[in-house]
Formats: sequence, structure tokens, C-alpha cells
Amino acid sequence: MRGGGLWQLGQSITRRLAQADKKVVAHRCFATEAELKKTVLYDFHVANGGKMVPFAGWGMPIQYKDSIMDSTLNCRENGSLFDVSHMCGLSLKGKDCVPFLEKLVIADVAGLAHGTGTLTVFTNEKGGAIDDSVITKVKDDHIYLVVNAGCRDKDLAHIEEHMKAFKAKGGDVSWHIHDERSLLALQGPLAAPVLQHLTKEDLSKIYFGEFRMLDINGVHCFITRTGYTGEDGFEISVPSEHAVDLAKAILEKSEGKVRLTGLGARDSLRLEAGLCLYGNDMEQHTTPVEAGLTWAIGKRRRAEGGFLGAEVILKQIEQGPSIRRVGFFSSGPPPRSHSEIQDDKGNNIGEVTSGGFSPCLKKNIAMGYVKSGFHKGGTKVKIVIRGKSYDGAVTKMPFVPTKYYKPS
Amino acid sequence: MASRLWASRAASYLRISVLHRGFSSVVKDLKYADSHEWVKVKGNSAIVGITDHAQDHLGDVVYVELPEVGAAVTQGGSFGAVESVKATSDINSPVSGKVVEINEELSNSPGLVNASPYENGWIIKVEMSSTDELTSLMDSDQYSKFCEEEDAKH
Repeated sequence: MRGGGLWQLGQSITRRLAQADKKVVAHRCFATEAELKKTVLYDFHVANGGKMVPFAGWGMPIQYKDSIMDSTLNCRENGSLFDVSHMCGLSLKGKDCVPFLEKLVIADVAGLAHGTGTLTVFTNEKGGAIDDSVITKVKDDHIYLVVNAGCRDKDLAHIEEHMKAFKAKGGDVSWHIHDERSLLALQGPLAAPVLQHLTKEDLSKIYFGEFRMLDINGVHCFITRTGYTGEDGFEISVPSEHAVDLAKAILEKSEGKVRLTGLGARDSLRLEAGLCLYGNDMEQHTTPVEAGLTWAIGKRRRAEGGFLGAEVILKQIEQGPSIRRVGFFSSGPPPRSHSEIQDDKGNNIGEVTSGGFSPCLKKNIAMGYVKSGFHKGGTKVKIVIRGKSYDGAVTKMPFVPTKYYKPS
Repeated sequence: MASRLWASRAASYLRISVLHRGFSSVVKDLKYADSHEWVKVKGNSAIVGITDHAQDHLGDVVYVELPEVGAAVTQGGSFGAVESVKATSDINSPVSGKVVEINEELSNSPGLVNASPYENGWIIKVEMSSTDELTSLMDSDQYSKFCEEEDAKH
């Protein structure tokens, strides 16, 4: 067997790196394992059978003893615990942190209630996506956000540059990068009952997208009821010295049902949930409108603009984008990133950005961009894989229904 | 294989490391290619599949792309592909010749490649154009050693 292989995570690493400084790329591509950054849970992963792989400069578990198929299914049936400490947690503080952040993202940050958050996109002057991020308004003078590991350097540089200019004009904002903390994602139907064993706070009062600072396992944590699987769950920011103990406590309280889960299953889960992987499904040149994230642009922001690239984005909302992100079901081999999409006459209409076999649906799912007009559900397409074309159809996402915990 | 199979050129370029999961099985009378296919020879005819080591690294196989009966294959050349949840890998032919039979059961049950890599998960049967090529393949002991060395690199 030869390496015509296209492994999505591998791809996303290279593609992410390709966006960074060329010198950095050369350096990182030849980085040895010893140079990879390790989360505080690294030895814990290895002790639990984690297969460690390089990901965005970090040594991370791609899977443990279970297959990716079993891990994916177990997350939806029981639960998963992921170490996502490679992602970058950041606090913006100061009385002007909200207006500051609003210059860089599409969300209506001012309109968020205290302790609530949303998925948003950092845009550039052309309206393209620098990164996607979950942001939370803790208070009017404190925003907590998490950005992608692979985008950390460019995101921080971008924020810093704008922060300098903002402060020079008298704005009150500063940041703190939470390198002293680790991040665990607990996902699946057992997430809430298991976590409830470890805190006195009533978790049934914390809904999807909400944020709290509370004691878990006796330690001061930040939790956000969110995730990257489509399941109910939490992302828990814990002081790094307590991260291993918390991971152990979660696994123990679940009586083995919640299992450590790696990046492989995480990718299957997010794809089934129709969520973008930055670097694959969204890039510098993709606008949030094209990516199907128009819903994340607050009403007030649409009226007022005031974020980078607003002219381009608002015009696209008005006129409709020329390409759109959609989902597909298809026959034949699973489509992968870069598979060509054709109309039923064989004309090129777009490209797959993520794809694979869905462990839950037992069939191929994919997402990609097609020309507007071909984006409607049920549109027949051809997907070209290794020179052969296979039947596919545009399908609504998420592929697997999401189970976010919302007030009824 | 580990490096190559473990995904992509990109991944191997980044030196993906894989912890050794223990010894995979080999079968004594088969011949092995360094790209992790096995071949079982009877006269001029050769049955081809992927090794236990290969299926173990690939994980759950979800699709096998088969050639047409009658297609020509060449030693070291790709004739199909195996798709798992995480990766796509080409399958190379360990011998040259003509495909005389394909394992059609794999269309409905690609998981046979995982469950029975050396028996029910066979992939194609080839009428060999030259049995001389077999000398360039490994026997089971050489192949076991080869796998250990390859895993140790990662």
C-alpha cells in the first residue's frame, strides 16, 4: 500500500502551516518529536494507550485503544473526554474590551448577556476568515475566548496589532493568555450527569453557549457548555496542575463509560455535526457568508458593520455569495478534501473540503463549496475520486442531529 | 508502511509517530511486499491481499476500490485503494500480470479486510506474467522483522 493517502488531519496540518510564514513552515515540518509541544496530559495519554501524532506543533493523541469508529459511536452513546489543551484560551480585559473585539469579529458581542457566548469568526479586511472561535462575555470588562492551536500565532499577532492601535487612541483593553490552564472537552449524553458528580453548582441551569466560573473537583474552573461534536457537553478550563486529576475523576465517575477520545474521532464527530474545521472548510479567502455562518453575524452588526471586511460581507449578504458551503451524501469511496464536485453534466462546480465515512450513519458524508444555484438540498452532483465520478446529492447539515442543551 | 499508510505524504513528512501496538500476525507460506501486501502463489496464479499489520494500522476499512477483471497490474504499481475511517491508501500489486478474479464480497463487506486479512479479505487474483518477480519479495520472517523496524522508527 502506498501513500496516495489523504488523511484529513494530516492535510489540515500542512494546510494550516502553509498559511503561516514560510520560514516557520520549513522549521516546523522538520520538527522532531522532541520539539513538539506537550500538554500536561501527554504522559496520561501515553499511559492510556494514546497514539501520539504531531498536530499543529503539538504531540496529541489521534486515538487510543478503541478504533475511531468505536470512539465516535461511544461519544454519541455515552461520552468522550478530549484533551484540547493545545487550543489557546485568552481573556480580554478592560472597560473597552467589547468595542475592541467587535472591530475584529462578526458577533454582536455587546448584545451578549453576561456569561453567554457564541461561535464567531475573526475576519480580515477582505472579509475572509482568519480563524473561528468561541467567545464568551464573562462581564462587560472581560471576554474569554478560545482560538485554534494552528492559528494561535497569527491570531495573537493580529489581535496584538489592533490592540496597540486601539490603546494608542485611549482604549482600555489588555489581554491574558491562559497558558497556565489546560482545556478538557467532555461531550456526550453522560457529560452533564458525570460532571454533576464533581460540582455543587446545578448544571441543569447552565444552557448551551453559557459560561460559568465554578469549582469542579475542588478546583476553580471555567466551563462553557459547548463543544465540537454536536452533542451536549462542556469545555472545561482547569489550572494545569489539576488537569490530570480532573481527567481521572471524570473517567472514574463515569464508571468507564466516558472514554478518552482522540483527534481522529473528534474529526468524524464534528463532520457529522456539520461543523467547520478551520484550514479545511474555512480559510483566509472564505467569508462567513460563503461558509454558511451568516447566522453568526448579529442583526446590529449587519446594520452597523464596523468589523474588518464588513463592506464585502454585508454586500454578500445583500446579493448572495457566489459559492456556498453545503453537505453531501455520496456513493463509492468516501470523498476527501480536494475531491472535485461536478454537476450532472460533468461541469466543475466546486470542491470537497472535508469528507469521510460517517461511523453513525454508516455512509459517506462530506462538505464542500459549490457555485450558488447548486446549493439546494437534493441537487444531484458527481464527486470525482481518483479519476472516477460517483453519484452524490446536496444534503442538509448537520448530518447527525445535534443535541445541544437548550431551555425547552 | 506505518509511515506511508499512516496516512499521507503530509503525515509521514511530519513524522507521525505511532506507538507499537504489539505484533501483528504473518502467515508462513506467503510472500510479502514492503508496501504491506501479501501474495499467495499457486503455479502461475497469485492471490493478493493486505497484511494484518496493514489493516491494523489502517483501522476500520469502509471501502475497497477494486480493479476490473482483465486489468493489467505491474509489480509495485497501484491497482486499487483501501479507505478506512481515517485514511486512504493505494494498494500496490506485488506481482505483474492480469487480474482474473476480484473479491466481490468486499463491495458489501469491506470489513473482511480487517476481520480476515489473509483469508476472506483477499482482494484480487492475478495470472502472473513472470514468477521471477517473486524473488524480490520477503518471506514471513523477513517481513515480521521489516515491520518491527518500521514501527521502531516511529
